[in-house]
Amino acid sequence: MLEDFAFVGIFIVVAIALAGGPLLLAWLLRPAKPNPIKSSTYECGVETYGDAWVQFKVQYYIYALVFVLFDIESVFLFPWAVIYNQLPLFAVLEMVLFILILTGALVYAWRKGDLEWV
Amino acid sequence: MNVINDPFTWLAGLLINWLSTFMPPQGVNITMAVLRAAFLGIFALVMFMVMTWIERKGVARIQNRIGPNLAGPWGLLQPLADGVKALTKEDITPDHADRIVYNLAPILSAVAAMIVFAAIPFGPGLIGADLNIGIFYILAVSGLGVLAILLAGWSSNNKYALLGGFRVVAQLVSYEVPHVLSIVAPVMLAGSLSLVTIVEKQPVWFILVLPASAVIVMLSGMAEVGRSPFDLLDAESEIIAGHHIEYSGMKFALFFLAEYVHAFGVSCIVTALFLGGWRGPNIAGVTVPWLWFFVKAILLFNIMVWARGTLPRLRIDQLMAFNWKFLVPLSLANLIVVPLADRLAQGSGLSYGSWPWALVMLAFNLAMIWVAFAWVGAAGRRARRAVEAPVESHDESGQGGEHALAHDAQVGHAPAAAGAH
Repeated sequence: MLEDFAFVGIFIVVAIALAGGPLLLAWLLRPAKPNPIKSSTYECGVETYGDAWVQFKVQYYIYALVFVLFDIESVFLFPWAVIYNQLPLFAVLEMVLFILILTGALVYAWRKGDLEWV
Repeated sequence: MNVINDPFTWLAGLLINWLSTFMPPQGVNITMAVLRAAFLGIFALVMFMVMTWIERKGVARIQNRIGPNLAGPWGLLQPLADGVKALTKEDITPDHADRIVYNLAPILSAVAAMIVFAAIPFGPGLIGADLNIGIFYILAVSGLGVLAILLAGWSSNNKYALLGGFRVVAQLVSYEVPHVLSIVAPVMLAGSLSLVTIVEKQPVWFILVLPASAVIVMLSGMAEVGRSPFDLLDAESEIIAGHHIEYSGMKFALFFLAEYVHAFGVSCIVTALFLGGWRGPNIAGVTVPWLWFFVKAILLFNIMVWARGTLPRLRIDQLMAFNWKFLVPLSLANLIVVPLADRLAQGSGLSYGSWPWALVMLAFNLAMIWVAFAWVGAAGRRARRAVEAPVESHDESGQGGEHALAHDAQVGHAPAAAGAH
């Protein structure tokens, strides 16, 4: 098993090399003639007004919260799924109950209108 | 026969024999691992080229064009020409960008897409590393791509790029939920997270046993790659290519590499999980498992191209509603129906992997899908009635045309507003 993960490590190094190699080659081949207009922010032709790093809509944050809820659920679900074949009927029904409780959470978010795009 | 059925293992065997004439066994193992990694990585790059060619040809045919046809026979060398062009383009880093993050993002994006291939089984024994948590590893690693795109969007210091980055967070993170929940179903039946075991446990392809899961995984996979009709993150006509607006030359190409490699990765995952992986008919001892795998994966990629050429882009509220109000509830229902149907079928004496068992599972799945569609249809009709009633009373007072138009536009809104109230 450890060897398998060692292979994954080697593969990550190879992937970084394969992604970085072309960049290095491009660095050798490409022209470099920067000027202030070329390296200004490219938006719509009119000179850029203000910074892009500003406070932004909170909408995305609620989706992220609901996502965390379901992601944690999946952490519980995968171990259960792996041994599902050896489980008694009781354990299966228990997990069905667990999923129903989480469905309740989804229904709650839905009713509160948190799933609407505003 | 072995040469045809598995030329890669045969070649590796020859190589190992040759290497062990002058190397200790440990050295042979390490050399082979490095060679395997290099082969897989280069394979991913080659598939990127093949996929761009298939996509450009396919979309061109759908749009009644010819597509690339000048570079090489049938335009086959077009990806190489594009590569040379990307290599020789000037690289521009905007003055106001965060230089380190800006330059790291494309590399992270490409690496995240490529390392998925470490755990994909292309044939029996033809796998980078048969991880016992294979599918979990793939889910974890493909999540890195989201991060890379967010980094690119934020570091460009460009409002369109930032919008693209935020859309990525909203869309990709949301579609991760039905993706993960639906992958639980095949894991449950196969009893393993290893993709090799999942393929071996499919005497009947899981697409027949778990059609709902298969469709949800494919759809949310397409959304996670960010391909049309889910390409809001780089919507050209709205936010002019979103996160890669400021990138040029090779860095821009790396983002495209990531997208296509990831798209092929999703096709491979769906093939392994639901289409029986390398399984195919045995004709006089010739099974060519690797070929079957490629045929299936490339067919799935063609479905993605088809969807891209046919469907218009979704609006962001429709996109989120489709995920949270349709795919997520359906995948939760799927998680309840599948174990209960399986227990019922196996409890009444149908053995795992037999055709009667598969038909029972299929029947339960189809019933569930039918209920889901009936429910969505009823919600849509309710919303439409709520919108239509006041408009019709206006029509009687004789101001036809204008109101009819407004009415049509409102009906278009209806499904999105349907469930909440």
